[in-house]
Amino acid sequence: MKIKMPRWFYQLASPKWFYDFTGALLPWFSAAAILLLIVGLVWGLVFAPSDYQQGNSFRIIYIHVPSSILAQSCYMLMAVAGAIGLIWKMKIAHVVAGACAPIGASIAVMSLATGAIWGKPTWGAWWVWDARLTAMLVLLFLYIGVIALNSAFTNIASADKATAVLSLVGLVNIPIIKYSVEWWNTLHQPATFTVTEKPAMPPEMWMPLLVMVLGFYCFFAVVLMSRARIDVLQREKRSDWVKKVIENY
Amino acid sequence: MSFFFAALKRDLLLVFRHRNDIINPLAFFLMVAVLFPLGVSPDPAFLSEVASGVIWVAALLACLLSVDGIFRSDYEDGSLEQMLVSPEPLLVIVMAKVLSHWLVSGFCLAIISPLVAMMFFLPEQGYPALILSLLLGTPTLSLMGAIGAGLTVALRRGGVLISLLVLPLYIPVLIFGAGTVQAGSMGLPIQGYLALLGAILVFSLMLAPFAIAAALKISVRS
Repeated sequence: MKIKMPRWFYQLASPKWFYDFTGALLPWFSAAAILLLIVGLVWGLVFAPSDYQQGNSFRIIYIHVPSSILAQSCYMLMAVAGAIGLIWKMKIAHVVAGACAPIGASIAVMSLATGAIWGKPTWGAWWVWDARLTAMLVLLFLYIGVIALNSAFTNIASADKATAVLSLVGLVNIPIIKYSVEWWNTLHQPATFTVTEKPAMPPEMWMPLLVMVLGFYCFFAVVLMSRARIDVLQREKRSDWVKKVIENY
Repeated sequence: MSFFFAALKRDLLLVFRHRNDIINPLAFFLMVAVLFPLGVSPDPAFLSEVASGVIWVAALLACLLSVDGIFRSDYEDGSLEQMLVSPEPLLVIVMAKVLSHWLVSGFCLAIISPLVAMMFFLPEQGYPALILSLLLGTPTLSLMGAIGAGLTVALRRGGVLISLLVLPLYIPVLIFGAGTVQAGSMGLPIQGYLALLGAILVFSLMLAPFAIAAALKISVRS
């Protein structure tokens, strides 16, 4: 049986088309990211009411939660892009997956760091061996493993495939991180946002958080596209269109 | 099936001709375990408390150390390439290799683990939990380790990299394995833990062979 894929899916596989397409998208995403992040930060840090228990220290949630969500989504994207690259032999998918790894690792570090800063005033310790914290640390190790494996190969094609296999294998860890808070009774609070239920926070507190999450995703899109574009240029450096791009720059 | 046994027999025969391959993981296992009383504290009460974790960590490191060689010699003398181009299914070869690795590492570790448990003053009621958890948990370690070994077999410095790739994947097995021993030594029921270890094993038995085969194809063609 043949599955018919939409036309844009094939077009994405062409490096030149991908370069032009993301070039057109970049300014929009950059503007959206700057706007959302500024609005969310000012709203969350200045106007949102302070927590009745934690006072102002809860405000780090506006950085911590978006970065934690993003660190996991980024891994999912990396694995899915790797799978697409393996199945449809699409070079661009491998480029996207390769661009995800360093971004995801740095966002995971950010999530762990903001969590530690938040943990000190509320739990009285920088680090506790709690299920979710440990799972997040494991996610960081997975990213580091992917980056290390990717840089160990000299041949780009096999590096792409090997990292795709590894990121797919590591995917089993994602549900463990996601549900660690529900499966183990630990110090960490349960998920802040769920699709099905109303948030436990008042709207003045979760609305800016939602804005921040969207802002983080837009920021992620900007960084991801920028990295992928540079990688595309490097991989296609022998082709004519890249020469033209460089000349016209 | 007869092909599976032929492949298994070949691998085991290769191991028996180099006896070091059997002794090394076991000696490593014992040495890592010995470092803890020397480095932390020889107090029997303390040792019996940490025994479950220490034995499992030592077993995990011993598996990790030996898994690097699972495909290496075959890759270096070219027989791995012949296996890939042979008409026999690669999954069968992979399974035979993983099984032979487990028999040499995990199975032997489970057999000698009561010795270490005795040195660590583990309560005697915990011995069945220790042996059973190692028997159920170490095959998963061999399977997951073989994925890492397949990915790094063509790389010159695969040894360091493999620990980076595989250790994060070992963590769930470590948690439930050590949990089994902890529960068993306190006289609590261990069926739940064993069921979880078994579930992880079944899950990795289903998926890991495909990942190992894919990894080998990528490595050999590069």
